[in-house]
Amino acid sequence: MSIIEIRGVVKRFGSITAVAGVDVDIAHGECFGLLGPNGAGKTSLVRMIVGVSPITEGSIMVDGRDITREPRLIKAQLGVVPQEDNLDPDLNVLDNLVTFARYFDIAKEEARQRALTNLQLFELQDRQRAKIEELSGGMKRRLLIARALTNKPMLLVLDEPTVGLDPQTKHLVWRKLRSLKAQGTTLLLCTQNMDEASFLCDRLAIMNEGRIIALGPPQELVRKYGGSQIIEARVRSGERRDLVLSRLGKQGLQWQEIEETIYVFQGDGQVLDQDLLSELVITNQHIPSLEDVFLKLTGRSLKEQ
Amino acid sequence: MNVSYHSLRLWQRNRDVFFKLWRSEVPGFFAEPILMLLAMGFGLGTYVALEDGQRYVEFIAPGIIAAYAMFSASYECTYGSFIRMKHQRTYDSIIATPLSIDDVSAGEILWGATRSLLTACVILMVIAAFGLVESPWALLVLPMTVLTGLMFSSIALFFTSVAPSIYSFNYYFTLFITPMFFLSGVFFPISAFPAVVQRLTWIAPLTPVADLTRAMVSGQLGEGTWWGLGIIVGYLAVFFPLSLVMMKRRLLR
Repeated sequence: MSIIEIRGVVKRFGSITAVAGVDVDIAHGECFGLLGPNGAGKTSLVRMIVGVSPITEGSIMVDGRDITREPRLIKAQLGVVPQEDNLDPDLNVLDNLVTFARYFDIAKEEARQRALTNLQLFELQDRQRAKIEELSGGMKRRLLIARALTNKPMLLVLDEPTVGLDPQTKHLVWRKLRSLKAQGTTLLLCTQNMDEASFLCDRLAIMNEGRIIALGPPQELVRKYGGSQIIEARVRSGERRDLVLSRLGKQGLQWQEIEETIYVFQGDGQVLDQDLLSELVITNQHIPSLEDVFLKLTGRSLKEQ
Repeated sequence: MNVSYHSLRLWQRNRDVFFKLWRSEVPGFFAEPILMLLAMGFGLGTYVALEDGQRYVEFIAPGIIAAYAMFSASYECTYGSFIRMKHQRTYDSIIATPLSIDDVSAGEILWGATRSLLTACVILMVIAAFGLVESPWALLVLPMTVLTGLMFSSIALFFTSVAPSIYSFNYYFTLFITPMFFLSGVFFPISAFPAVVQRLTWIAPLTPVADLTRAMVSGQLGEGTWWGLGIIVGYLAVFFPLSLVMMKRRLLR
């Protein structure tokens, strides 16, 4: 059974449509990634899933319960790691976790035990008495994740958990998330970090303009949309550009043109023939990555203007 | 409305923070009312003769309880709530737990009322030490202050829910709270006003509070204007649900 069932979900803010109809199921125990440029609707979708934002149209079921009808019961089972730090600056590190546990009706002694365990897990045990403002960005992020584990959530939702972290902290976070997944926690991850997405996620949904435009395991997405090789090239003579592009199309090659550069996505067994090679100056070629797929599907121009 | 016992969790959070930082709260809510009592009551008061021969310090002592109960709740649910909501984003993290937005708002109002009660207790003890409490009926001030605190917290939180920035509270205090402080019978009897104005002062929610607190502290319950309780309950009945609805409108995106 799926832990999250999203059906025809739409989110509008006035005249702006942030989520334009999303249908997807997330399975128990998987790590599911939402990938997309800024403004693609990832955060809006996630806020609806965790019950802090009303759904304009459609429905979301979490663990078999309707999020609009039983938000309290569902929220008791969730851990949420927000993009921006919202730790409680009036309380020290330990009290942040203990106070947070009280929101879940966890008894004091148990709350303390869990707080200490989670601080240990994220290597913060030496900073128990520190004020929040004394922590570095990396420590705050670790503490946010530690806090989200307070109620032993069956579903952990993370919005860009490693943005701005140094590589050491980033890898620490990734290791911890992997081990949580190994223990059966379902992870829902919003990210723009392709390494993170391929490293952690079993399946990815690429979102653009409020819709899911591609869905599948990372390797499959790369194979399906990236082909076997990407060639970056320029046209040797500007007047022959249209001719070259139409010839590429005729040979069944997918291409994308960004400013002067043409990106040719070569599938298995596809090659550029001599005619084409003589028209093109090849500047680079590489094995496709998730980033290439992302850029191909969501476009290379800036999304927020 | 979706209020549950979870609102107590927010109350507990605010209580813990208050008792951690209480040293910074002492000047505003404990030292200031006492200073006011000494300066106005014993200082200015020696030059003031009331019509019925009552000592001035006896007159203003209950008024100071009423006024500072108002201030405590009002500061807590304007500046305090606004900072937690907007600057610290504390509510954002809390509404991702089993607490609803209504729990958060109700918890803030409960805590604001608790602040009023704490302030009233301290002032009551101080004026008792000066021998200004004439009757055990003065203990009625405590439940009265809880009601007062709930009312002023609700009004304040309503204003917070529509305040565009923290500077907006200057208007709230200058145009609403301070005029009440001076004109609702805290410092001089409202009988000093012309009859029409006297009636108008009863629109201000502090007027019944000051009047009834005075009746309780003096022990002359018969002199209280008891229908004034209706004004207090009326304000509470309107502004409690209104503040919850408006906070939800503000926070739910």
